[in-house]
Amino acid sequence: MVIFLDVVVGGLIMGGIYALIAVGLSLQYGVGRVLNVSHGEFIMLGAFATWSLYTFLGISPLVSLVICGPALFIVGFLIHRTLFQYLRGKSESIGAFADSSLLASFGLLFIIQNIALIIWKADIRGYSYLDSSVSLFGSLFSANRLIALLFAVGISLAFYFFLTRSRLGKAIRAAAEDPATAQVMGVNIHLVLAICFGLGALMAGFAGVLISMMYEIQPAMGLEYTLIAIIVVVLGGLGSITGSLIGGFVLGLIGSIVTYFDAGLSLIAYYVIFIILLLIRPTGILGN
Amino acid sequence: MDGVRVLSKRFFPLGLLCLFLLLLATMPLYAQPYLVILLTTVFMYVVLTLSWAIFSGPTRYISLASAAFFGVGVYLSAILGQALPLPLVIAFGGLVSFILALFIGLLTLRLRGMYFIIFTFGVSELIRHFMLWWETNFTGTVGRFVVAVDQTAVYYVMLVIFVMTLLTAHLMRRSKFGLALRSIGEQEEAALHIGINVTHLKAITFAISAFFMGAAGAIMATRWTYIDPSIAFNPLSSFMPVLMAIFGGTGRLYGPILGAAILAFLEEVLITKFTYYYMLLFGIILIVVILFLPNGLVGLFKRR
Repeated sequence: MVIFLDVVVGGLIMGGIYALIAVGLSLQYGVGRVLNVSHGEFIMLGAFATWSLYTFLGISPLVSLVICGPALFIVGFLIHRTLFQYLRGKSESIGAFADSSLLASFGLLFIIQNIALIIWKADIRGYSYLDSSVSLFGSLFSANRLIALLFAVGISLAFYFFLTRSRLGKAIRAAAEDPATAQVMGVNIHLVLAICFGLGALMAGFAGVLISMMYEIQPAMGLEYTLIAIIVVVLGGLGSITGSLIGGFVLGLIGSIVTYFDAGLSLIAYYVIFIILLLIRPTGILGN
Repeated sequence: MDGVRVLSKRFFPLGLLCLFLLLLATMPLYAQPYLVILLTTVFMYVVLTLSWAIFSGPTRYISLASAAFFGVGVYLSAILGQALPLPLVIAFGGLVSFILALFIGLLTLRLRGMYFIIFTFGVSELIRHFMLWWETNFTGTVGRFVVAVDQTAVYYVMLVIFVMTLLTAHLMRRSKFGLALRSIGEQEEAALHIGINVTHLKAITFAISAFFMGAAGAIMATRWTYIDPSIAFNPLSSFMPVLMAIFGGTGRLYGPILGAAILAFLEEVLITKFTYYYMLLFGIILIVVILFLPNGLVGLFKRR
């Protein structure tokens, strides 16, 4: 029973983080057609900003959520407004744009990661925040992990309701469905796309803050999270936001179960699932 | 007169190429050892980029599996290095990569566009993590030592692989084979309808391009002398050929060569002293090229 709870809660914690980063990537690809391989770099930026704020200024990571999220939103918004909007206008077709924007985001990956390496050096960093143990149904968990889980679920839910209930959320879903028609219906498509990209960066920033509370961080950490986000997005169906949310928790649970047997196999399991899924059902578990 | 002009126009580049190759072949006789080592690295990148462009250039399927094929060559060199003579090791490196690529190529027939890109990347990451897990659990050590080979010999082997890749790329562009590949890139359904066996063609070409990557990996391993899964299957070996080919432009045969040579040379000069600044500059160059030079450096010379 205790082992079962360990595995499930551990899986939910990982899953919550995966869901956050996958939703961000899903917004950027599903709506904007940018397969942003620099997504993980925004996670890294969020994590390092939180570490710096905590270590040098003593600002609590939970306060950092409110600082890093919006700051990265602005960065993402501006990147889309300049770089990707220009590329989109120049591309002959949406397929050509998907290819060239993928390559441009490789450029962003190199730029962001190496600026971080210049600022923070290549060392592994970490800080301890609320690392006392909390007993939950007879199992011990460190407080920061439970708080991270709470925030990951809370942010995911808030975001889901924002998309389904708000006016802007409706515009985003319309733009994802059919950009040309949405434009005819009075949606300012360039603005919506830039907001989507910014929201993706915001989600990555939130995930980075939560990750820095639990794990050690380093400037090259981004790519692994990007890959996990891509796996989750494919698992949930390329472009489906709800699919990404569910897919994140599913992958987190799978990872937690595999880790229980052999921690070294978890990433291998992700890739095996990913490859089999692409071959058998490329539209994802929820796709049609 | 016209005949002479046509002839000279045809043979001038060929003569220049021969002269250039002669210069490269005699290089170790008079050049500094450092230059020979530097040129070996440059040729490694040129081979990777050119062989990437053999498949991805005409078909427009962006493959991110180069690291897998390169790494397979590296590992075969570590495993077989003591048992077999060098030429056989290199041939094996190429052959196993060839078979792996044929297998991946046949698996991914249904995948297009973004799905193909992320699939190829997933495969090479899977192999890297699997090797890491295998080595720590079953071999006991993460890294392996490779039998070292004289630097000049490494240079000559890399030069031979380069010439072979160049010849293959040239012949493929000229043949019906290349024309069929380009038609897949233009409009795959149409290619299928005019009777091109799209499936076999893609898989074979993918495998041919992987052969050279595996061979290059097998010879590079002997220069590194120590390897582990993170070195052999470094994701950068997947990204770099794509970026170098885009930088040079895939429209012409010399595009990927030019792009790889310039960036590899720049890397060798800058990377030891200014690693982060080099990679930062690399990212900026990449974005500038995508924004303003969609046809790469080749686009600068080619009149529209």
